[in-house]
Amino acid sequence: MTLLGHLSLWLALLLGLWGAVTGFAGGLQGRTDLQQSARHAVFAMFGALVIASISLEIAIFRHDFNVEYVAAYTSRNLPTFYLWSALYAGQKGSLLFWATVLGLFATLAQLLTSGRHRAYLPLVAAVTCTVAAFFVTVMLLGDANPFERLAYTPVDGRGMNPQLQNPGMVFHPPMLYLGYISITIPFAFAVAALLSKKLDVDWLVAIRKWTLVSWLFLSIGLLLGMWWAYVELGWGGYWAWDPVENAALLPWLVMTAFLHSVMIQEKRGMLKKWNLALVIGAWLLSIFGTFLTRSGVIASVHSFTQSPVGYFFLGFLLFAAAGTSILYVTRLPLLEADATLEYMVSREASFLFNNLLLIGIAFAVLWGTLLPILSEAVTGVKITVAAPWFNDVIVPIGLALLLLTGIGPLVAWRRASTPNLKRQFAVPATTGLFVLLILLVAGMRDLYVVLAIAFGGFVTGTVVQEFGRGASARHRQYGEPLALATLRLIGRNRRRYGGYIVHIGIVLLFIAFSGMAFKTETQATLRPGESATLRSPYGYVYTFTHLGVSQYDALNRRVTAALVDVSRDGKPVGRLKTEKRQHVDALGRNTFEPSTEVGIRSGVREDLYVVLGGLVNGTEQAVYRFTINPLVWWVWFGGYVLVAGGLIVLWPGGGPPAVRRTQAGYAVKLEAQR
Amino acid sequence: MSMDRRGFLMAAAATLGAVVQDSLAGSGPAGKVADPASAGRALGPTTAADTDAAYQAIEKRLKCSCGCGLDIYTCRTTDFNCTYSPGLHQKVVALAEQGKTAQQIIDAFVVEYGPQVLMAPPKRGFNLIGYLVPSFVVLVAAGFLFLALRRWTRATAPGPAAVTPAAGTEASPAELERLRRELERLPG
Repeated sequence: MTLLGHLSLWLALLLGLWGAVTGFAGGLQGRTDLQQSARHAVFAMFGALVIASISLEIAIFRHDFNVEYVAAYTSRNLPTFYLWSALYAGQKGSLLFWATVLGLFATLAQLLTSGRHRAYLPLVAAVTCTVAAFFVTVMLLGDANPFERLAYTPVDGRGMNPQLQNPGMVFHPPMLYLGYISITIPFAFAVAALLSKKLDVDWLVAIRKWTLVSWLFLSIGLLLGMWWAYVELGWGGYWAWDPVENAALLPWLVMTAFLHSVMIQEKRGMLKKWNLALVIGAWLLSIFGTFLTRSGVIASVHSFTQSPVGYFFLGFLLFAAAGTSILYVTRLPLLEADATLEYMVSREASFLFNNLLLIGIAFAVLWGTLLPILSEAVTGVKITVAAPWFNDVIVPIGLALLLLTGIGPLVAWRRASTPNLKRQFAVPATTGLFVLLILLVAGMRDLYVVLAIAFGGFVTGTVVQEFGRGASARHRQYGEPLALATLRLIGRNRRRYGGYIVHIGIVLLFIAFSGMAFKTETQATLRPGESATLRSPYGYVYTFTHLGVSQYDALNRRVTAALVDVSRDGKPVGRLKTEKRQHVDALGRNTFEPSTEVGIRSGVREDLYVVLGGLVNGTEQAVYRFTINPLVWWVWFGGYVLVAGGLIVLWPGGGPPAVRRTQAGYAVKLEAQR
Repeated sequence: MSMDRRGFLMAAAATLGAVVQDSLAGSGPAGKVADPASAGRALGPTTAADTDAAYQAIEKRLKCSCGCGLDIYTCRTTDFNCTYSPGLHQKVVALAEQGKTAQQIIDAFVVEYGPQVLMAPPKRGFNLIGYLVPSFVVLVAAGFLFLALRRWTRATAPGPAAVTPAAGTEASPAELERLRRELERLPG
């Protein structure tokens, strides 16, 4: 099967190159035979990549340890669930997964793009085939062939890194990859629009759903990554400003900016240059992130092993950046705005500042990620840029963005008059000030935390006011009960109200992040029956009583489990189990260093987070770290809200056509009454 | 060696007592586990220095040299297999016991390991520029944007003010503008 997979890769490469050549030639010369050929090449390339992926999965499931990749990332006793995820657990497999998903998206773009946007498709096929062919080239020529065989066959494989044997890690990488990879489709449409000089609003309409899909997958991928880091890594947090985390955040920030600024182009025909630059920039950043992850140029706990693959990506990144920049500059005269801004105080202006802050944060993240390299180049001295630097630099810009999230929806399109501003701002500003006052009276003095929660109150006030006014208008107009009116309000204008729900998700995330300022923890060594106490920020006193240690075998590991009885202010609240896991192969040999499984009791107010450090001299006397993390539950809940809002925006229908139908219905009714 | 009945009962009671005492919560030596090696590196009991808030504050500013990217405190309380962070912690404690202040301890680490031991670079020289550049760029860009907006809005002849769409009317500004013109045309 691996021979078939290997041959499929070569076939995919040839088909990708053919699709690129015929797509560019057919698209630019208008030759329908070449255009058809490019389209078919996309489908065939996808088919070849699917065969290659299936071949690798079969090798994994058959435990064919003569295949280097299978021996390096799996073992005979690896649970089936993780045999599936082994496809993207290592560098080589993840490149194949990436190329296959790109083939899928390229195929879907060819099949799902509506008739009036089909003119772009040959060039879209060319761009997607070029990118896919590059990935296959990296596999075949960059020492990253997943079908490479060993000179001998090991009895068992090395197994999967214990930290990857977590449900979060099964879903987090593919979600992030789906987000990264799907950006290629809007990018391909942008390049097609530039090449074909069809730079009206049509290409934007064609990519609207794709940009939302990318943004949604990136959001889910980032949230799952945070959850995995929290439950698996054991350090008690969910975001460490690690270079690879930063690399995933960059395209998300740029896509978020695009989702806002595209509305100005759709409504007013402005920002054409900017929107194109954002789409191209987001894609380049996705390739940059891949380069960071795979080159080892910056130390990161997430990185794949160092390999020449990174330099392929650097070359491709530079080539793509230069190519698209030249194309972009030559088309600038065709990108003049249809209208200009008329008033400073307008929704358009607020969106521009929103874009400025989002891109400013993206720049700060990129700057901080590269600062160690820059500093060493300039001063010759190595430095570390970790969480304290990012918190110092990015939190103030983030807070300004949160404030603007509340301001934007309150300002009218084109021009906002003073009476209108007063009317719009009264309730949200009062809400924000009221929250601020409560926090100050309650004695909270952490500036960032106070601002985050007060601005959160302001944004919530804005969103509630928007929903309230809309639902009240429907209630008055159609006599609908308020709950029904609210649901129909969302249904009739999913983009607007789904977007507001996303804003609420962002508020919840900001407030949840601020909770970490009140994290408390202690370390204790306990014999069975002994207790340690810890006071939570809410004033509760938690008592953790060590019950004992047990050892047993499970699946592919030896487990050392410690049980802790927890009480709050003397009242029992439950038991927590935390483990040390020594993973073994089928022959019982240790495969990795013992890993830790955290015991977590998650609540609306705070999480109890218990880590078994180890045992004292092999006895049941255990070393623990007890942590109380306030408001972490709200990170996940805020994530759900954000994703739900994104899904509402993405859901088909609910836009202007429905409104027109309603209006038409009323016109008919009025005619009948006359 | 013979033992009378009284001696035997005393010995039995002592043994039983010892067993009971051993299994009493927290009052005797804890029993050995079957496979200590699979529970990770053997640890010593936690000391007062391990949980001292002042030491934690210092260690949170210093990076562990094991390559994990975490600070010394987080590393030693997360990756209990790490062989670097316990030693670095001991070094912090030893320096503190010599009467050094927090800043002196941090300076001593910088001298020994270089500036990369700091979790965030010192705010001086090129690194100060590193701190300021993002905010500076955002502020300058905001200034340029403000000026550009002012130029655009001055260049545009002001048309009639758009009616602010009330939430829920589901009409675009253009539609509302058309509505306003139609209403103006109505007699009376």
